[in-house]
Amino acid sequence: MVGRSAPPAHLAVRGIHKRFGGVHALKGVDFEVARGEVMALVGDNGAGKSTLMKVLAGALTADEGQFFLDDRPVGVNSPNDAAALGIQIVYQDLALCENLDVAANLSLGTEPVKPGWGFLPRLLRPLDELEMEVRARSAIDRLEVRTLQSVRAKVGGLSGGQRQAIAIARAVGAQSTVVMLDEPTAALGVAQTRQVLEVVKRMRETGHAVVYISHNMRDIFEVSDRICVLRHGSNVATYRTADTNPDEIVVAMTRGLDPSTSDAA
Amino acid sequence: MTASKTDSSARNGRRGATQQKLLAFASLIVLVIGFSVANSNFMQVSNLLAILQAASVNGVLAIGVTLIIITGGIDLSIGTLMTFCAVMTGVVLTWLGAPLIVGVVTAIGTGALSGLISGSLVAKMKIPPFIATLGMMLILKGLSLIVTGTRPIYFNDTPGFDQISRGSLVGWVVPAFPVPNGVLILFVIAGLVSWVLSRTVLGRYTFALGSNEEAVRLSGVNADAWKMAIYAVAGAIVGVGGLLIASRLNSAQPALGLGYELEAIAAVVIGGTSLSGGRGTILGTLIGALIMAVLTNGLRVLSVAPEWQTVVTGAIIIVAVYADQLRRRAPG
Repeated sequence: MVGRSAPPAHLAVRGIHKRFGGVHALKGVDFEVARGEVMALVGDNGAGKSTLMKVLAGALTADEGQFFLDDRPVGVNSPNDAAALGIQIVYQDLALCENLDVAANLSLGTEPVKPGWGFLPRLLRPLDELEMEVRARSAIDRLEVRTLQSVRAKVGGLSGGQRQAIAIARAVGAQSTVVMLDEPTAALGVAQTRQVLEVVKRMRETGHAVVYISHNMRDIFEVSDRICVLRHGSNVATYRTADTNPDEIVVAMTRGLDPSTSDAA
Repeated sequence: MTASKTDSSARNGRRGATQQKLLAFASLIVLVIGFSVANSNFMQVSNLLAILQAASVNGVLAIGVTLIIITGGIDLSIGTLMTFCAVMTGVVLTWLGAPLIVGVVTAIGTGALSGLISGSLVAKMKIPPFIATLGMMLILKGLSLIVTGTRPIYFNDTPGFDQISRGSLVGWVVPAFPVPNGVLILFVIAGLVSWVLSRTVLGRYTFALGSNEEAVRLSGVNADAWKMAIYAVAGAIVGVGGLLIASRLNSAQPALGLGYELEAIAAVVIGGTSLSGGRGTILGTLIGALIMAVLTNGLRVLSVAPEWQTVVTGAIIIVAVYADQLRRRAPG
C-alpha cells in the first residue's frame, strides 16, 4: 500500500521480511525513496523502523524481499554492498572519533595519501592533509554548515548539532545517493535542531534520497516530503506531508488505519 | 587552535597530551637541575651517557606499548617477549652459528609474530587485551625457560654483537660525547614511530581505534586487521628491545623480563599518554623513560637506597596520572 506518488523511486524495496527467532519484525514491508526527496519513516517503538533501516544499510540481511536501485534489482547483504550502491547511514550515536578533527573524521576510511609513496604498503603511506582539508571544506560548504569555524577543529569540542552535521556531511561525502538519518535531532536543543534540519533540507537540493527516522512530528512536518508509517512490522500507509497532519500520522502509528480510510496517499 | 591550518598532524588527538608533555618535560629539567646542584658528579658526561643507556631498553619497550595503549589496549607481554626475542636470537646466533644479521631479523621477526598473535587474540577472538597479553606474558616467560633449559645463552661466539648496544657510531664523529648505539637506536625508533603516528594512515587509525572503534568499523575500515598490524608493529619494536638488552648483557638471560612491562607502561603514563586510549605521543613517552632513568640514576648518585628509588618512582606515576585527571576534569 505504498502510495504511488509522483517522483520515480531511486531506492525501493518490496516485500521485506525479517525474523529474529520467533519474532517477525518485518512482515512484507514495502518502502521507497526518490532523489531530491526526504522520506520520513515513522512508527511506534517496535514498529520495525530501525530494523528496516538496518536492512536497507546492509547491517541486517532480509529473509525475503527485493531491492531495486533505479528499477534495477540489486542485492544488499552487507554494509559494503550498501556503501557500493551509494547507501549511507548516519547512526544515532554518530560514530565519530572525538579525538580527531573534522577533516580526519570526514575522510575516515578513505584517507587521501601523498603520491610517490607507492613503494610502501598503504598503512605506512603519509596522509595528504591538504587534500583532506580541501575535501572536508567542500563537503561542509555543500551542506552550508555555517557555524563551523575550521575543519581542523576537534570533533570533541563541537556542539551536538555540529557533530550531527559532520556525521551527515560524511555520509554525503562518501559518493552516496541515499542517506538515512536515525533520530538526528533526538539529543539536540532548539537551535541545534534547526541547524540539522537546514542541513537535511539542503540534501534535497543536492539530489540525495533522504530517509529520515524520527519521533518528532514537528521536525517531520518541517522537513519531509512524504511520510511512511509502519506499525507492528507492516506498512500502514505512505502520506504526502502536504496532504496530512500530525494527528492523522499519530493515529496511523498507534491504531493503524480504519479500513474505510485506507490508502490515503 | 589558531595555528596554520596545514600543520595539522601535530594536533591529531593530542591537544590534551601537549600540556602533560610540557609538564613532564619541565619535571625532567627540574630533576636534572636538582640532581646536578645536589651532586656535581651527576652532570659528568659518563654519567649522562649512563642515564641514556639505562633509558634505552625501557624507552624502546615503552614506544612499542605506546602504540597499543593509544588504541585503547594494553600489552603486558612486552617484558617477557623482550626476553624471548633475546633467547631466540641466542638460539640462531650461538647454537646455530648464524651470521649476525640473521640474529637481528630473528629478534624483530619473533617480536612481530608474537605481537600478531596477541593482536589476533584481541581483535579476532575478542579477548580483553589485559587478559590476552597476561596469558602471552606467562607463555613467553615459560617458553624462554624451556628453550634455554633455564641457563643463559652467551654471545661470545658472535663478534660485534655487543656493539649493537654498547658500541658508538656517534663516538666516531663526536669523540667527546660517545653516545652508545643503543641510545641512537632508541632515538631513531622514536623518530620513525613518531612520524608513523602523526603522518601515516596507520597512525591515523591508531588514534581513531582508541577513540571509537565502532566508528572505524562503520567507515568500512577493516578494524581487526589494523589492530593486529599495530600489535605486530609494537611486537617488532619490542624485538629491537630484546636485541638491545641481549647486546648490553652479551647474553640472553631467560629469567629476566618480568617487571619490564610495568616500567615501560609507567614511562608511557608519565609521558601523558592516556590509558583509556585515543591520546598520546612518542615524545612524551621518550621523556617519561628519561625521567625514570634520571630518577634512578640521580637517587643512586645521591646514595639513596634502591628501595627508596622504587618508592619514589611509584609516587611519580601516581602524581603523573593525577595531573592527567585534573586536566581532563577542567573545562575545555
